[in-house]
Amino acid sequence: MEETLKIVVLVKHVPDAQFDRHLSGEGHTTDRDESILSELDEYALEAALQLAEARGGAKAGNKVIALSMGPAGAVNAIKKSLQIGATEGVHLTDGALAGSDAAATSLALAAAVRHLGADTPVDLVLTGMASTDGETSLVPAQLAERLGLPQVTFASSLEVDDGRVSARRDADTHSETVEAPLPAVVSVTDQINEPRYPNFKGIIAAKRKSITTLSLADIGVDSSQVGHAGSWTRVTAAEERPPRTAGTIITDEGDAGIKLVDFLAAQKLL
Amino acid sequence: MANVLVFIDNPGQALKKSSLELLTIARSLGETAVAVNGELSDDAAGTLGSYGAATVFRPSAADLDDYLVAPKAAFLAAVADKSGATTVLLENSPEGKEIAARLGIRLSAGVITDVVAVDADGTAHKSVLAGSYTTTAKATTAVTVLSVKANTVDPEPAAVPGAPETLTVDVPADATAAAARITSREQKVASGRPDLTDARIVVAGGRGLDGDFGPVEELADALGAAVGASRAATDAGWINHDAQVGQTGKTVSPQLYISAGISGAIQQKAGMQTAKVIVAVNKDAESPVFEIADFGIVGDLFQVLPQATEEIKKRKA
Repeated sequence: MEETLKIVVLVKHVPDAQFDRHLSGEGHTTDRDESILSELDEYALEAALQLAEARGGAKAGNKVIALSMGPAGAVNAIKKSLQIGATEGVHLTDGALAGSDAAATSLALAAAVRHLGADTPVDLVLTGMASTDGETSLVPAQLAERLGLPQVTFASSLEVDDGRVSARRDADTHSETVEAPLPAVVSVTDQINEPRYPNFKGIIAAKRKSITTLSLADIGVDSSQVGHAGSWTRVTAAEERPPRTAGTIITDEGDAGIKLVDFLAAQKLL
Repeated sequence: MANVLVFIDNPGQALKKSSLELLTIARSLGETAVAVNGELSDDAAGTLGSYGAATVFRPSAADLDDYLVAPKAAFLAAVADKSGATTVLLENSPEGKEIAARLGIRLSAGVITDVVAVDADGTAHKSVLAGSYTTTAKATTAVTVLSVKANTVDPEPAAVPGAPETLTVDVPADATAAAARITSREQKVASGRPDLTDARIVVAGGRGLDGDFGPVEELADALGAAVGASRAATDAGWINHDAQVGQTGKTVSPQLYISAGISGAIQQKAGMQTAKVIVAVNKDAESPVFEIADFGIVGDLFQVLPQATEEIKKRKA
């Protein structure tokens, strides 16, 4: 029997990218009222569930904890994760967190991961390959640095064995395999698996699963360390880019390829 | 005068254009020091001088490439301390951003990514939400770490070239302890085409290609362009996943983006709408891509693309 795993999956509620997104308010932040579980986080959750199931699942003591930080709406991402199969949900929420940049967010998440590992240590922190809400992609790397952990990024396959994680990464010019000792932070790509949908059984089961709410006080973080006060960057202005407008549209009458080249020549693009 | 540190990872025989851009921006902000990991050829070292570098820092260890980014961030933090840099500039590649992220924690420095311009006072201009907004941001910390997008300035050598002094900096002993180690690496066969993320021209194909990327590749080669694809095309396995442009793929900002057989839904638009000029070919006149195209052709791409390719070859001959 392989050792059981305790996996934290960072899940995020993001504005639905199918619709127009806007920046507003003093901190020029995105509006998250109509938010969903970030699609890319579903791959991380699926990877966690597969690792847990290969070791006997929840019954054998494996844990897949969906952790989300943010205001009330973040609960939606956690609920969805529980329906898909996470064993428990943790919602880190505190008014003082509003406006946190990556540095402040990673500080709070690092404290939350330490808190969750206080009884039995966390083996893996899994994340998606990026957030789809136009944020900076800095948080997972900063979380790893704050926890003093190795990070494996862009894993397109993932194995855990004998206290080590190994992964395959595909870059433009090469593929490589990497390994790191546990605990580790791992981000997975959308090539790693085919995320499952919540089924009826999962939706019913999720109602019995608990969501723990943590405040900053619970994880030992002072409000001055997060939010605007604890952030190391400020967004000073935001301007909506004028929308692109349609140019010339023609219908091919047998010479459109030539007209295309004429256009490129006129634009000095040849 | 401010001290600016530029990180150049494995410069190779000649510095990449994006590295020259970083050096050009650095010079506009203050005195330039450069941290180089990997081999530094005489030619590349000469270029650092002609772009005004005053100091070049090299790591004491030669094995940083055996690990993912953590030891590079540790090396760079040591250089930043030694050089007294108040601004650190890196490439905006995934790896560059990850090094920037870790460096920010090590230096307690604010990190700003996706930067397209930097003012003399360190204010960074960036493009967010897939290019639908431009924002300005500033670090509130003593040191600022910026990852800068490619193709944002024209590289320009210094008026007065420098003869940089080379110094070796010790990589902290604990640098590799918390790092993922690379255990094997296979090079992929080089396509001979420019790199998608910083190509001047991109020709991209989608669902309308119906499995045949030939017309897109031939047009790309006639133009010296990189080949891109929509998610529909990469998911169908018609082309390698690396070629995907869009929300879950690469973001590109070329001078010219030619979109063929791609409807142009938000997922795709997110990756290419900051291109300077967009040309679209699609048989469906209702495709959303025509709303953002500077030049659109409603027609059969299997007719239009080969005709354009032939015409380009004829005019270039």
